[in-house]
Amino acid sequence: MTKYSIFSLARNALTEHRNWTEAWRSPDPKPAYDVIIIGAGGHGLGTAYYLARNHGITNVAVLEKGYLGGGNTGRNTTIVRANYLLEGNEHFYEHSLKLWEGMSQDLNFNVMFSQRGVINLAHSDPQVDAFQRRGNAMILNGSDAVFLNRAEVQARAPLLDCSDGARYPIKGGLLQPRAGTARHDAVAWGYARAADAAGVDIIQNCEVTGIDIEGGRVTSVQTTRGAIKAGKVGTAVAGHTGHVAAMAGLRLPIESHVLQAMVSEPVKPCLDTVITSGAVHCYISQSDKGELVMGGDLDFYNSYAQRGNFPSIEDVVASVISMFPAFGRLRLMRTWGGVMDMSMDGSPIISKTPIDGFYVNGGWCYGGFKATPGSAWVYAHTIAEDRPHALNECFHLSRFARGYTIDEHGSGPTPGAH
Amino acid sequence: MLEIKCPWCGARTQTEFTYAGDATLDRPDAETGSEEDWYEYVYLRDNPRGAHDELWQHSAGCRRYVKVRRDVTTHEIIATGAPGAKLDGGGS
Ligand SMILES: Cc1cc2nc3c(=O)[nH]c(=O)nc-3n(C[C@H](O)[C@H](O)[C@H](O)COP(=O)(O)OP(=O)(O)OC[C@H]3O[C@@H](n4cnc5c(N)ncnc54)[C@H](O)[C@@H]3O)c2cc1C
Ligand SMILES: [Zn+2]
Repeated sequence: MTKYSIFSLARNALTEHRNWTEAWRSPDPKPAYDVIIIGAGGHGLGTAYYLARNHGITNVAVLEKGYLGGGNTGRNTTIVRANYLLEGNEHFYEHSLKLWEGMSQDLNFNVMFSQRGVINLAHSDPQVDAFQRRGNAMILNGSDAVFLNRAEVQARAPLLDCSDGARYPIKGGLLQPRAGTARHDAVAWGYARAADAAGVDIIQNCEVTGIDIEGGRVTSVQTTRGAIKAGKVGTAVAGHTGHVAAMAGLRLPIESHVLQAMVSEPVKPCLDTVITSGAVHCYISQSDKGELVMGGDLDFYNSYAQRGNFPSIEDVVASVISMFPAFGRLRLMRTWGGVMDMSMDGSPIISKTPIDGFYVNGGWCYGGFKATPGSAWVYAHTIAEDRPHALNECFHLSRFARGYTIDEHGSGPTPGAH
Repeated sequence: MLEIKCPWCGARTQTEFTYAGDATLDRPDAETGSEEDWYEYVYLRDNPRGAHDELWQHSAGCRRYVKVRRDVTTHEIIATGAPGAKLDGGGS
């Protein structure tokens, strides 16, 4: 692996950047691996990387039906935060946030993690109370949080309508200063390059079509490039978790839904933090290219299509404009959708299953991008050691049957509501 | 925009409806249902990639529930009917 540095950049500039080596190989699948990971998004690639780096397991393949990073990893609005109230969640996401802070150095790949802060807006007095409580819980759990009053929110987001006549009155906001955004594709590329360098085979255009089980133990996977034997198999297929787990005969507490996002035409810098509102339900930031990146609700019906419908787009745009009236002058440039693995309590599943050697990572709902390094870290541990890491014991598949759901919003077993 | 044919009101746009999820679930009997039955009913879903039977409430119309068979990979609506109806088509 060529180390990326100012020197390699200068050296390659001399040959007009024609001689960079490939960032990863494109090997043919071997007949057998110790571990097969299904899905080359950030979670799958990261898991392969940490299997090698933390556990010394390098006879690993990551199988991807399309191209790596082409799923939700390359489709999300890139918000990275750890502003949760509940115990299990906050510890896990704070661990993930710490890994984000060192990711570019660790991977020798600039993932452009920008700690521009994320502000969660409070629109009512009860929300002010709830957010202060959540902020205190975050601090007690070792994370960072600052409650901003209305004037402080206004100072950080001058174009946000904080006036008395605002459609959605701004009472304050919970800021997490260390939160921010990252370059989504770079996360997939960085993990792919580092995993490949450690000996992991990343096999693209290779769809898993079946999972073979003998005597309660996984033995191999069927793919569009033939059967491949495996000691252990882990899924990291986000919105496809339901039907891939069904190949192993499992029914999961997950539904697949479509979530859309969109960007405006690029404009000069005008928003240097991330603004989110749970009550209005929209989130907005500005990309390094100048586009305003926006998202909001699901389309609210089961879907495996990577595209959605106009009512949701209109709803997001209307929400954003009511908060940032000036943005009403911009044109929408692009919209797209991703298939979301909505779990029954809004929290992820990173877990062993009743099948020996078969592991599930899914149920990421709206928020799996920020979880990428943390999820990959604990999933690699779960697979390598065949038992959960302390940070994902709470995300066990059995929690639903045992009554230990982690329902951050208290919205009950309705996947679309999380 | 989805166009859903309500058996009582005719074809209407999706914005008149509220999605109510999987229509294939059987509610366990309150007296005899086991914990396992309830767990499956409340939490587990087939979540198929293909034809999906689901309920939509015509909330801005007659307010009745409509059963819809929809291909969740294309969003094509294959058939609609009353909640108890058996729908045909779409290979499921
Ligand atoms: C519009 C949108 C906005 C979002 N915004 C945010 C946000 O701001 N912050 C945040 O934290 N999260 C956000 N998310 C969620 C986040 O993107 C995901 O939770 C996260 O990227 C999931 O990563 P992954 O690696 O698990 O999945 P993916 O990146 O989807 O990777 C899964 C891979 O599995 C492959 N696959 C599927 N089936 C098979 C098969 N049978 N065989 C082989 N390969 C298969 C797919 O092709 C895909 O490449 C958003 C999601 C969307 C759609
Ligand atoms: Zn009707």
